[in-house]
Amino acid sequence: MRSVFPGDSPAVPPPPGREPAVEVRGLVKRYGAKTAVDGLDLSVARGSLTAVLGPNGAGKTTTVETCEGYRRPDAGSVRVLGLDPVADAAALRPRIGVMLQSGGVYAGARADEMLRHTASLHAHPLDVGMLIERLGLESCGRTAYRRLSGGQQQRLSLAMAVVGRPELVFLDEPTAGLDPQARHATWDLVRELRQDGVTVVLTTHYMDEAETLADDVAIIDSGKVIAQGSPEELCRGGAENTLRFSGRPALDLASLLKALPADSAAVELTPGTYRVSGKIDPQLLATVTIWCAQHGVMPDRIAVERHTLEDVFLELTGKELRA
Amino acid sequence: MSADAGTSTNTGTFTPKPGAAPLGRMIRAQAALETRMLLRNGEQLLLTVVIPTLLLVLFSSVDIVDTGEGKAVDFLAPGILALAVLSTAFTGQAIATGFERRYGVLKRLGASPLPRWGLMTAKTCSVLVTEVLQIALLTVIAFALGWSPHGNPFAVVLLLVLGTAAFSGLGLLMAGTLKAEATLAAANLVFLLLLVGGGVIVSLDKFPAAARSVLDLLPISALSGGLRDVLQHGAGMPWADLGVLAAWAVLGLGAAARFFRWE
Repeated sequence: MRSVFPGDSPAVPPPPGREPAVEVRGLVKRYGAKTAVDGLDLSVARGSLTAVLGPNGAGKTTTVETCEGYRRPDAGSVRVLGLDPVADAAALRPRIGVMLQSGGVYAGARADEMLRHTASLHAHPLDVGMLIERLGLESCGRTAYRRLSGGQQQRLSLAMAVVGRPELVFLDEPTAGLDPQARHATWDLVRELRQDGVTVVLTTHYMDEAETLADDVAIIDSGKVIAQGSPEELCRGGAENTLRFSGRPALDLASLLKALPADSAAVELTPGTYRVSGKIDPQLLATVTIWCAQHGVMPDRIAVERHTLEDVFLELTGKELRA
Repeated sequence: MSADAGTSTNTGTFTPKPGAAPLGRMIRAQAALETRMLLRNGEQLLLTVVIPTLLLVLFSSVDIVDTGEGKAVDFLAPGILALAVLSTAFTGQAIATGFERRYGVLKRLGASPLPRWGLMTAKTCSVLVTEVLQIALLTVIAFALGWSPHGNPFAVVLLLVLGTAAFSGLGLLMAGTLKAEATLAAANLVFLLLLVGGGVIVSLDKFPAAARSVLDLLPISALSGGLRDVLQHGAGMPWADLGVLAAWAVLGLGAAARFFRWE
């Protein structure tokens, strides 16, 4: 079992060729007075699907773009497929696929034209027609890129990242702004990439995306990795289950805690929404509803939930993920 | 390559097999794409084809500007050829590259196997192809209007190539340092100013001597003047004009290489 929290990674370097796909140590990146990335460590195993999860402005894009060779670290080291992304750019670039958060295509180009062009820059590209069909890009027809919908532009960008059959792909918020159907098409493709042995690093601020897809999740906040592990490992770090309900604001939780088992906790997350954590069993549920009845509270939207990455994030940072 | 990837789950469709295409193929593909983008863009065609053609036809057939002794077309055709180079190598390239930078095209290509110098080579090829098409069209029209050119074709080619280098450097400098909107405005403004003050359709003799000594040093004046000396007057190598163009080429390309920002 790997460690959930950073700072105690193994000191012995792995044998050559088996090193991680991405190895970031102590990365610092500043823009003027603002520190975007502040001593970040991240290791991505070959063949894994790693989600870099965090709120907007946490440093996800800066980290990924440093790995892609777009930025020089102010401090720390970055190794991608064993190479320095800036100094060894010529050797690295044919081996990686890059999906930028937005743009990257000529305003007047058609989707198939741009994808065919990207394919022509690679030695053994995928079949462009297959990729167009897989990602539903036929619907783009002869429309110029600037007139495509946001979702179509996103899917084209994803296709461009994988068409060269890379060993490693960086996907920067691949499903931002997609409708549910397109989102699932993207997820299916990402899963298949991993299945076929492509290492995938994706950034997201959707916790369900990280939970569903990733072998490994790195939670980033304020330019640092604050936790890393599989979704299961991360979620086990907290309570097994949670119970949520809504009622009027500012209920007297102290009296509720007196009624609950000793290892329970109760917090008012936002005014009028409450979360009880601990060993949530039928007995505890009954205790809570009885307490509500005694206090004249109708426990609206009462629900027992598995501990989610969102809870983990909230506990670690005190912030809402999508704030 | 599996054709049934859409239906089967474990076909190995995406099994990594990375590699760059041969350099020559990448540059050819990039140059072809850039040329297609340019020829598909209405504003670019207005600038590179419609305006030079209109000016050539209009001023050759209607006596509006003073074209000096001889046939109007013999004076105008060299100036319009210079304008064609200006419109493609400078204005068109600056605007297109400015927006490519703005929309992350240059950034995305920067992560592709195509090296940056390969991209710049492709851009140059695309500019040259466009110029060949422009010059072919304008030459046919000029002949139809009764043009009788003189001089050494080699000198003409040398002028056009050095002019292209000078204007490309300046255009890329602008595209790589200013915002896309600023580049759009400035490149059009410069086009208009150089059209009027660069000996393209208005002889520089019309300007006061003080202004003229400055205007003579502009790359457009050197190009239009050099082409006119050779094509209208049958002069030999226009060394002074070639020198001015070479100096601008070195300055412009040097500054562009130094200051160009890719995103």
